[in-house]
Amino acid sequence: MSPPADSGARARRLALGVLPWGWVLLFFVLPFALIVGVSVSTPSLSIPPYTLPAGGIDPASYARIAGEAATLAQAGADRQYLSAWGSALALAAFTTLACLLIGYPFAYHIARSRPGLRETLLMLVMLPFWTAFLLRVFAWQGLLDSSAVGVINQLLLAAGVIGNPLPMLYNRGAVAMGMVYSYLPFMVLPLYAHLVKLDVRLLEAARDLGATPWRTFTQVTLPLSARGVVAGSLLVFIPAVGEFVIPDLLGGGNVSTIGRRIWEDFGPNQDWPMAAAVAVLMLVVLSLPIMLLNRYGGEDRRL
Amino acid sequence: MSDRASAGRRGAWTWMALCFAFLYLPILCLVVFSFTAGEITTQFAGFSLRWYAELARDDELLGATALSLGIAALAASAALVVGTATAVLLVRFARSRASGLLAGLATAPMVLPEVVVGLSLVLLVTHPWWGWMGGRGVVAMWIGHTTLALGYVAVLVASRLRELDRSLEEAALDLGCPPAKVFFVITVPVIAPTLAAAWLLAFTISMDDFVLSAMLSNPGSTTLPVLVWARLHHGLTPEINALATVIVLVVAVGVLVAHRFMLRAQRRRLGAAAGP
Repeated sequence: MSPPADSGARARRLALGVLPWGWVLLFFVLPFALIVGVSVSTPSLSIPPYTLPAGGIDPASYARIAGEAATLAQAGADRQYLSAWGSALALAAFTTLACLLIGYPFAYHIARSRPGLRETLLMLVMLPFWTAFLLRVFAWQGLLDSSAVGVINQLLLAAGVIGNPLPMLYNRGAVAMGMVYSYLPFMVLPLYAHLVKLDVRLLEAARDLGATPWRTFTQVTLPLSARGVVAGSLLVFIPAVGEFVIPDLLGGGNVSTIGRRIWEDFGPNQDWPMAAAVAVLMLVVLSLPIMLLNRYGGEDRRL
Repeated sequence: MSDRASAGRRGAWTWMALCFAFLYLPILCLVVFSFTAGEITTQFAGFSLRWYAELARDDELLGATALSLGIAALAASAALVVGTATAVLLVRFARSRASGLLAGLATAPMVLPEVVVGLSLVLLVTHPWWGWMGGRGVVAMWIGHTTLALGYVAVLVASRLRELDRSLEEAALDLGCPPAKVFFVITVPVIAPTLAAAWLLAFTISMDDFVLSAMLSNPGSTTLPVLVWARLHHGLTPEINALATVIVLVVAVGVLVAHRFMLRAQRRRLGAAAGP
């Protein structure tokens, strides 16, 4: 299919490449190089709030995180960065698993619906994804509100199920709920893309040959959609690690994550080198999942 | 056997209904409480349209909406140009190691945690060497939203280019039409519905973006999500529900129209492919 590599095609390729390459190098690659540079700078009261040290690099930010790791044996030591890492990774892992368990049967049944209907159902899954993210998370604040005017508490109190309002907001459970809610479409989409291509005759053949539904699922359906499972899980896990809006709105002051640490060091604390160091570590941690995603990313992301 | 099949179908519909309820319950809440007469965002105290009237009078909010619409239009247009160029480069020219790298770089902002992308862009626009970008503000947000959205555009356009019937283009090329002219006179009109959909998707991504905007805005340039965030932290009234209802309505109508349009175009394409 590819055209002959004559000099005209070569010139066209160069001309066409200027814009995309220029854009990603200037606005994506260069900024990430700056993150690395700032992460070894010294915080200061200047604008921007960092200065390059005379010796070239100042490893203080990394040293602080490493210092926390050195106190792991001590009970009660203050390890705000490490604990933020721990809770962010645990939250992202839980979100990924919950989205997979909810999203797989969801995507499967959508893919098995009749043509025409399934495109509409898929559109209905994606529709919330395009609408007012902040306001949808705020709606969960109202639903889970721990006072007597919280929506769920109002219903439970009115039904007489509970005598006092349940404390449902500003804890880990509320954050997990909001994360699963927000990331579910990212799981359903790639799963659907693989499940819809599944040849129904294979399932019929398995059934005709006497396979139980469970056996058909584990030996035919699941292996054939494995790439969708990998892609969906990575599409949820990678951004979930850095999430800070949902932990902020639904976790209040009780759920610290690494995304919130970056946000606070960047904003109120004005410690840009620390924010940059945390971001560099996040990129290092996420580089493996990102490489996996580029390899098994699925058709819907292919470029 | 048919008993089991119908039980399976019932189970399938129950599961889908539960999932859709989960996805739409918060939206339903926002809409219902926008019509309350009371002051509390989670309690229905009689029907009233007072919060819609309040919304129409809220100059700060309307100003932020106008700014968001402007940035979204500019970012969607830039993302359409850069994203389409990326897609054409990757689909139409021989693949190399470099093009694989470009594909990875162009799609990375879609999945990377937004705080990291935002931080990197803040460091760029506030860096002394790059002062010509004007620091934080509208231009910085435009750059950020374009960078975020161009991957979506590139993926959509690339998938359409791959399934494109190339005979028309080849005929024009054989007749001596220069390749650039072939692209604008033949390819662009054929893929126009995809380009329109890609522009709209980029537009909604920019409109709805909070994290990049919050990091890249300055006090003089507050977009709608940045303003909403500030209000979420300083107490609010059901006016915010009225705002949410309006946004949901506009997006839902837009998406439904685009969806019908795409379905019809797809059916026409498939019909044409199956025909003689």
